[in-house]
Parts: sequence; C-alpha cells; structure tokens
Amino acid sequence: MAEKEIAGKTVQVNEEGYLTNPSEWNREIAKEIAKEEGIGELTDGHWKVIEFLQKDYEEKGTMPSLRRVTKAGGVPTKELYALYPGGPLKKSSKIAGLPKPASCV
Amino acid sequence: MAEKAGAIKKISLVCSKGSLDGIYPSLIMANGARMEGIEVSIFFTFFGMDAVTKKKMNKIKIATVGNPGMGMPTWLGAIPGMSAMATSMMMKTMDKLDIPPIPEFIEMIHDSGGKLYACKATVDMFGLTEDDFCPQVEKILTVGEFYDLSAGAEIIFT
Repeated sequence: MAEKEIAGKTVQVNEEGYLTNPSEWNREIAKEIAKEEGIGELTDGHWKVIEFLQKDYEEKGTMPSLRRVTKAGGVPTKELYALYPGGPLKKSSKIAGLPKPASCV
Repeated sequence: MAEKAGAIKKISLVCSKGSLDGIYPSLIMANGARMEGIEVSIFFTFFGMDAVTKKKMNKIKIATVGNPGMGMPTWLGAIPGMSAMATSMMMKTMDKLDIPPIPEFIEMIHDSGGKLYACKATVDMFGLTEDDFCPQVEKILTVGEFYDLSAGAEIIFT
C-alpha cells in the first residue's frame, strides 16, 4: 500500500496503482489515470463505462465481468476494446477508482 | 505502467478437441488474453473445429463416456440423455459465472479482435467449405500459414 498524488490529491493506492479507497476518487483523478494508462481524453463513451462499473460495484460489492458490462451496461464488446485498448476491464476499473477485476472472463 | 520483462504479447492457440470440455479452455484462454491486451489467434483443428462450424456450434456437449474427470462410471455416462443433462447443468453454472455459451463466446472473442482460423487439412478431410463456418472465422489456413502468422507468438496446444 502506498500514497500517491493524483490530480493534486493524495490518495491510497496498491502496488499496481489501483485506488484502495473508492471514496477518494473524483473525476479529475480519473482523467489523470486515463492519461497514465494511455487512454487520453475521456469521452462520453468512456464515462458511460466508468459510471456503470461504479454503480454495479456499489450494488453488488464485486467487480462485474466484461460480459456483464456488455449485457447490463449496454456497451458492445467492440466498443469496449475501442475505448480502452490493451485491457478494457482492467483499465476502466483503474480509472473508475475500483479494485482490479478478479474474474477470468 | 512499466512492462514486465518477457511479458507475453502474442499467443496462438490450437484447439484440437471437440466436446464442451475440449473447447472451453481455448476460448477462456483466448478471451482472457485479449482482456490483457495480448494479440490472439485460434487455429481450430480436428473436432475442435466444431466450435466454429455452423451446424455443430450450438450442440456441443460434455463427454460423459470415456471422461475420467467426470468421475462417472461408463455405464452411467452411456445412458441416453446423460450427456445432455450434464451439459445443461454445467451451462447453468457457467452462465452464473458469466461464461457465455460457445456461439456467443466465439462472437465475443472475434469482436475483441481475436482472429479465428480453421485448419485446411481437417476441412479437406471432413469435406467442408468456407460456407460451413460461422462468419467470425477469418480464413482456412494451412499449417504453414498458421506458423507464419504465429511469428513471435507463444503457441499453446489444447
């Protein structure tokens, strides 16, 4: 566990850079992590995914699978990979200030 | 994020076995690789090709005979309907875990950028044509072409 300054705020992160306390997250932090992850500017499409992940995590207490993001979140697989190339679920979860997803699918 | 030395960037999976328990490992590993940003190809050969054959992909069952992992006596596994029942039970569990049925899984891997190929030798042996395959199959490849496009990849046989 470590402290890291993101977008002018000191937050708790784990060794992979995931926020460990979701309540420390804000939109500025998301934008900063997105840059670090090579995602660039966050568009409405990106925010739709982030907001779904946060809502689902709050309701279920676990991270959704990628399939759940496509089915319940309404973002098709192709679009997810286009929005977050190189690891759609991993990267969007990190930007959303949530834990790293632990499912295989 | 700093990349680990020797990180896997590209894999080629060979899916050679039919039946549910023969096909799923390839699909789960392929999809998992795409989720990590790894480039993926799957080469379907022999009965593994059932996974991408239009007529068969919806009817793939778990083998209840000659499958020691099932822990089921052969005589019991051979009872009509046993394979269908075991398959339906397993599919229900998998659905809860968000593991999709084979046709949906194939589409998902294709949409994620994974490339699917059928083996020329098997296609010739079974007397199939391109029309027998689901649209997600990119091409029918010879073994040589498969090795060629696997340049720089880890090859995994399942």
